[in-house]
Amino acid sequence: MNIFASVGRLFLLFLAEVGRLTRFTFSSITSIVRPPIYWRLLVQQIMRIGWFSLPVVGLTAFFTGGALALQIFIGGNRYGAEAIVPQIVVLGITRELGPVIAGLMVAGRVAAAIAAEIGTMRVTEQIDALTTLSTNPVKYLVVPRLIAAVITMPILVGIADAIGVFGGYIVATKSLNFNGAVYLKNTADFVTSHDVMSGLVKAAVFGFIIALMGCYSGFNSKGGAQGVGTATTNAVVSSSILILAANYLLTSILFTS
Amino acid sequence: MDTKIELQGVKKRFGQKVVLDGVDLKIGKGESVVIIGGSGSGKSVTIKSVLGIVRPDAGKIYVDGKETTHLHGRAREDVLKKFGMLFQGAALFDSLPVWENVAFGLIQGRGMGRRKAKDIAIAKLAKVGLGSEVANLSPSELSGGMQKRVGLARAIAADPEILFFDEPTTGLDPIMADVINDLIVSTVKDLGVTAVSITHDMVSARKISDRIAMLYKGKIIWQGPTKDIDASGNEYVDQFIHGRADGPIKMEVRG
Ligand SMILES: Nc1ncnc2c1ncn2[C@@H]1O[C@H](COP(=O)(O)OP(=O)(O)OP(=O)(O)O)[C@@H](O)[C@H]1O
Ligand SMILES: [Mg+2]
Repeated sequence: MNIFASVGRLFLLFLAEVGRLTRFTFSSITSIVRPPIYWRLLVQQIMRIGWFSLPVVGLTAFFTGGALALQIFIGGNRYGAEAIVPQIVVLGITRELGPVIAGLMVAGRVAAAIAAEIGTMRVTEQIDALTTLSTNPVKYLVVPRLIAAVITMPILVGIADAIGVFGGYIVATKSLNFNGAVYLKNTADFVTSHDVMSGLVKAAVFGFIIALMGCYSGFNSKGGAQGVGTATTNAVVSSSILILAANYLLTSILFTS
Repeated sequence: MDTKIELQGVKKRFGQKVVLDGVDLKIGKGESVVIIGGSGSGKSVTIKSVLGIVRPDAGKIYVDGKETTHLHGRAREDVLKKFGMLFQGAALFDSLPVWENVAFGLIQGRGMGRRKAKDIAIAKLAKVGLGSEVANLSPSELSGGMQKRVGLARAIAADPEILFFDEPTTGLDPIMADVINDLIVSTVKDLGVTAVSITHDMVSARKISDRIAMLYKGKIIWQGPTKDIDASGNEYVDQFIHGRADGPIKMEVRG
């Protein structure tokens, strides 16, 4: 009945959740530096998180680059500035769209898979079994996924950048009558290493967010199949929101000096 | 007899629900104790508290005379090296083949080479009546009873000092159940292992235990040598071991 009481209660629940997440993050990070590192699992996760995300990330980057070229052409046309297409495409892709689109796609694919796998392990007592076999579940499950995501996301985004620019190039040369050689030259002359690097830094942060939220949701899942389902949804939603928020924050840090 | 494990006034509740309300229990070295009690009475929670998987709200737990109640990290891992645990639902790692499940504690916990660990795993699987042809299968390809036996092989793989079995014979046919009973008896007798088992199967309980303890309403209400179970003079125990619906224990069944 009392609206202040319910708002207050919600706020306390929120704070408790933030506290738990902070503790989980802290223990994950301290586990990274403490031996042992499970190399076999790390390689496996690099394959799962990086390699198998390539098709999804590549396709989305291609179409995004193409749509971007089209929009800039149409928008630029109003001011007679349609020649700017290659420059804006490469800037938009490397700084913002490459990392964000790849981040969101990988969040949907990987955060969900991690949460479902670890959540199932939680509700079927496999995580308790790890503990009784003297194996730290955070080190065994979380650390390989975190490291793999932080390593592979920048590589994925590097590839997404190239494919995105290529998508713009295809649209520009095939349907907007751009000269291919000029398009590529303008792209190469305009883009700076700072543009690319800033996107790769973002990618590493997004990778961390994806693996962390997947693991956190999985570890905290309760109940049976339904609990695992909820954990999976939470992982995707929370990592997507955090990626977009972190992206804004990083943009404001990396591009205002 | 030296005390191997001791629980003193262990309490645990989940939300409003009080599950353990002061459990006191001593388990001697080399002894085999069976805990009986109704479904949901907190038997699994009791052994999980000893392992530190469940953190008690109050009370103390000792292993080999040292308090372990609040241990975590490295110190907890070291204590857990003494234990082998069979989970009620087997809790096999479904991402690993059967043999790696069995060898897990040897490879990850003790740093043994994979080839040697595989040989030991296959030997342990043979002890629970499983041939080497299951070694490379995935746990999901096994029947429930076979999964249980793989869980048992995993529990005994590293030759621990203490074994916890949560319903070792549930889901097994009577013959295989007896094989497992014999295995538990011989492990305790021959290797001097301390065992705590949970079971609803009174035939198995009589066969594998030196002592039986009954958990009811969060407390140990009776404990004594297995041979005294029929003359316990405790009406709760009598009702339980004879499986009668009528008696002092009221099951919460709503109609
Ligand atoms: N992690 C948990 N969170 C909340 N409640 C729990 C948890 N673990 C156990 N419980 C509750 O504690 C009670 C005792 O559970 P426990 O698993 O110990 O029963 P049990 O005696 O082993 O029963 P069974 O013979 O059916 O296995 C149950 O009511 C269960 O709902
Ligand atoms: Mg149980």
